Amino acid sequence: MIAELGHVALTVALMVALLQATVPLWGAARGDTGLTGFARPAALVQFGAVAIAFGALTHAYLVSDFSLVNVASNSHSAKPLIYKLSGVWGNHEGSMLLWVLILALFGAAVAAFGGNLPDGLRARTLAVQAMIGVGFLAFILFTSNPFERLSPAPIDGNGLNPLLQDIGLALHPPMLYLGYVGFSTTFSFAVAALLEGRVDPAWARWVRPWALAAWTMLTAGIALGSGWAYYELGWGGWWFWDPVENASFMPWLAGTALLHSAIVVEKRGALKSWTVLLALVAFSFSLLGTFLVRSGVLTSVHAFAVDPERGMFILGLLAVAIGASFILYAWRAPSMEGGGMFRPISREGGLVLNNLLMSTAAATVLIGTLYPLALETVTGEKVSVGAPYFEATFVPIMVPMILALGVGPLLAWKRGDLAGALGRLWVAALAAVGIGLSVLYLRGAPVGAAIGFGLAVWLAVSVITEWAERVRLFRIPLGQSVARALGLPRSAYGMSLAHLGVAVFIMGAVGETFFSSEVVRFAGPGDRIEIADRTLTFEGVINRNGPNYEAEVGVFVLPSGDRLESERRFYPVEGQRTTEAAIRSRPDADVYAVLGEPAGDGRWTVRIYVKSLVMWLWGGCGLMVLGGLVSLADRRLRVGAPGPRRASWRPAHAGVGDAD
Amino acid sequence: MRRLLFLLPLAVVLALVGALAWPILEGRDPRALPSVLLDKPVPAFDLPGLAADTGGLHSDELSGRPVLVNVFASWCAPCRQEIPLLVQLSAEGVPIYGIAYKDEPAATRKFLAQLGDPYRGVGVDRDGRIAIEFGVYGVPETYVIDGAGRIRHRHVGAVTEDVARRTLLPLLEELSK
Amino acid sequence: MTGRRVLRAAALAAVLFGALPAGAVQPDEMLRDPALEQRARELSAGVRCLVCQNQSIDDSNADLARDLRKLVRERLLAGDTDQQVLDYLTARYGPFVLLEPPKTRSTWLLWYGPFALLAVGAAGVAAAAALRARRRAEPEPLSAEERSRLEALLSDEAAGTNEDPR
Repeated sequence: MIAELGHVALTVALMVALLQATVPLWGAARGDTGLTGFARPAALVQFGAVAIAFGALTHAYLVSDFSLVNVASNSHSAKPLIYKLSGVWGNHEGSMLLWVLILALFGAAVAAFGGNLPDGLRARTLAVQAMIGVGFLAFILFTSNPFERLSPAPIDGNGLNPLLQDIGLALHPPMLYLGYVGFSTTFSFAVAALLEGRVDPAWARWVRPWALAAWTMLTAGIALGSGWAYYELGWGGWWFWDPVENASFMPWLAGTALLHSAIVVEKRGALKSWTVLLALVAFSFSLLGTFLVRSGVLTSVHAFAVDPERGMFILGLLAVAIGASFILYAWRAPSMEGGGMFRPISREGGLVLNNLLMSTAAATVLIGTLYPLALETVTGEKVSVGAPYFEATFVPIMVPMILALGVGPLLAWKRGDLAGALGRLWVAALAAVGIGLSVLYLRGAPVGAAIGFGLAVWLAVSVITEWAERVRLFRIPLGQSVARALGLPRSAYGMSLAHLGVAVFIMGAVGETFFSSEVVRFAGPGDRIEIADRTLTFEGVINRNGPNYEAEVGVFVLPSGDRLESERRFYPVEGQRTTEAAIRSRPDADVYAVLGEPAGDGRWTVRIYVKSLVMWLWGGCGLMVLGGLVSLADRRLRVGAPGPRRASWRPAHAGVGDAD
Repeated sequence: MRRLLFLLPLAVVLALVGALAWPILEGRDPRALPSVLLDKPVPAFDLPGLAADTGGLHSDELSGRPVLVNVFASWCAPCRQEIPLLVQLSAEGVPIYGIAYKDEPAATRKFLAQLGDPYRGVGVDRDGRIAIEFGVYGVPETYVIDGAGRIRHRHVGAVTEDVARRTLLPLLEELSK
Repeated sequence: MTGRRVLRAAALAAVLFGALPAGAVQPDEMLRDPALEQRARELSAGVRCLVCQNQSIDDSNADLARDLRKLVRERLLAGDTDQQVLDYLTARYGPFVLLEPPKTRSTWLLWYGPFALLAVGAAGVAAAAALRARRRAEPEPLSAEERSRLEALLSDEAAGTNEDPR
């Protein structure tokens, strides 16, 4: 019965979304506030209905209701509770429902927190949000209904892929979707602005918190996924340039560009049409990602089950949503120029450079991801585009990006002083060159490592320099500097933290890439394994059973006494094996041990990796997320803060990168 | 001119949607891999037979008239599926040769004894090296070889009635002319 | 449970992150000579595992990947250069086997497209900046309509309203 309730709730959500997509638009066109006022309650009701549906499916998983096809195919009664719960979105239908839940959540959030938005803009934004909802609710109801019944119901289910029986599944997809789908709000805002034919600094000010929230969660979601891959796949890779990973990375790149160009709109009224385009593009990339994961046109290690029919449905949705918005764009955007003048060397100029490089980077990832598909269509040739390609194209684009990132925040608006800014960065330059040279000559490292570390240090010191300049550290009495530091807006701290996060992340990425070591060998109990100035003792293998698996546990002991226990698990229900690495993380390096196959003579294959600076990778991502959160907490940016509309028209003081 | 610039994103989107729709519409299998050996001579090999007293398979045996070469293994489920059809084709006079891929000869013998033996000759490729020469990436695979000993077609996966009647047999017929 | 469903459930590799647990290269495959082994590892990392989804043979524990790893090592032992090993594989499996696509006419756009795009983008930004600077240098005279709007705005301003002029 509860499943039927869920089904009904989904249908209700579709009906409400249909109304929400039309009535407010009509109202906004006629200036009828009664009709535009319909948007807010509708958004809340739609969210409520989807939440009921989601709750119903979750219930079915928790009680192992195998009369539902979806539950029977993807769950099992012997599964631990947490995986029954996260198993809800460990499959196509359930994850689609999560997608729509989050879409409705953002609609409801705009309705709830959008009290300060002009009536027309809010009505149109919510209507557009509902249009996306209509498309995806219909997609679920017509092609991917998770409430489909199975008769007769099997006694037990098929179980869940053991690789997914992990805390990673509980955290990564919801966070990723919050980010991915979060860009639906900026999309809706952009389409609404195009419908109104107007973009002004106030618009940018309303959009930015949403972009920032989506970006922050997308950053966290990608990092969680990367971390999951790192410990689950058994050899410590954290980024593979796989099409599905690229699909989440493209909206991130576009979203990052959007975040920065919206600042220019807000502060200077320039780059309007470009910013609107980015808002459309960011969500278009999200839709593209949803398509790529579910259509099976590309092979990926992470893809869902292939179903061309569903693929065509999503492609249709994508074509309609993106196509219509870009037609609107071509029609309305040309009249959107104007805004403040600025010199090429200025804060605005720096942000333009950021946008140029970020969008080129996004385009590069897009080209690399889809090229094999297009080439096969055109010439019939099959090629692979793997990590080496992206390393050779994406990375060089990031080098000028990082160099400029150090300078940009030190430039003044309108007309900057490049010589002056560079003059203030002599410490950063010196530190970068020093680190680069010492890595090159003292450690005998490759040039790439020297450049990478140099860039990271350059950026980190630049960020600190910029902060020191703001508080006039050592130029005025320390007490005054402290007072200034306390008085700086949170958004300024947000920016510094996020930029510092990029620097820390680069340290980690370069360290892991260039300074990791690996030992693969046979080892018997008592054998000592030497790796990168460390000695591990292999104590042997013991048996230990988990709730729904049997495990062989390889025990490694470090001189410090730390025990590393790597498991080889066998899940009888699914009939599959997994390997669980044992990792000891320290700031300088992770020791990563994996128990492999038995060799037959009492010895085992063991793989030991020492992975340098991996904690910095996660730390860097953490700082970026923290930066986003701190910025979001800025009083002036907080959703709903600026009070009466009149005040919000003045863009003079606000925002990430507030330096004047 | 400036207005055209604003149409650019739309053009890109249309191209993109086209590029994405095409593979779905033509039902392309992203994992299928065309053979690069098409129209090239069969790799030279000389494989031992299934037992000490049975002959093996030499690449020279494959030229002279169009033949099928089937790469199979007793441990492969789709191979089990296609054997009856191959037996039938063989009975109809189609020359089929087998390459036993990474399989115990004893297991292969048992497999053929159970399901029927469609092969004029079987070569044992214990380490799968000759299969690599063919560019095999999964069993079963079936090759059409013309009279001059050149590879003319590759089919990946089990041979079905449909594949045999619509593709393999017509091609063999055409090559026999 | 229809066959298609079972298949679908089986094919459902993962939501986002979940390849087969790798741990590919085995100790007994490895070469004695560390320099040669290092070359083998680097080569393997660039060779696509054909039966896997998107992994290199160095990351995959599929059977064919293992055979190809061995093959790479045999070729190296036989004295092949790195390029010769890759050519050997390409001759059998096509360029698809290379994770780094070769720079040929059909991948020209792939390899140089991004940088061309960057150049075009930079030129576009420069042109736009120049255009704006020129426009600023020679401001067009206001039309009569614009003048009246400006006057209206100024009087609004004087009256102390800050409403968006549009």
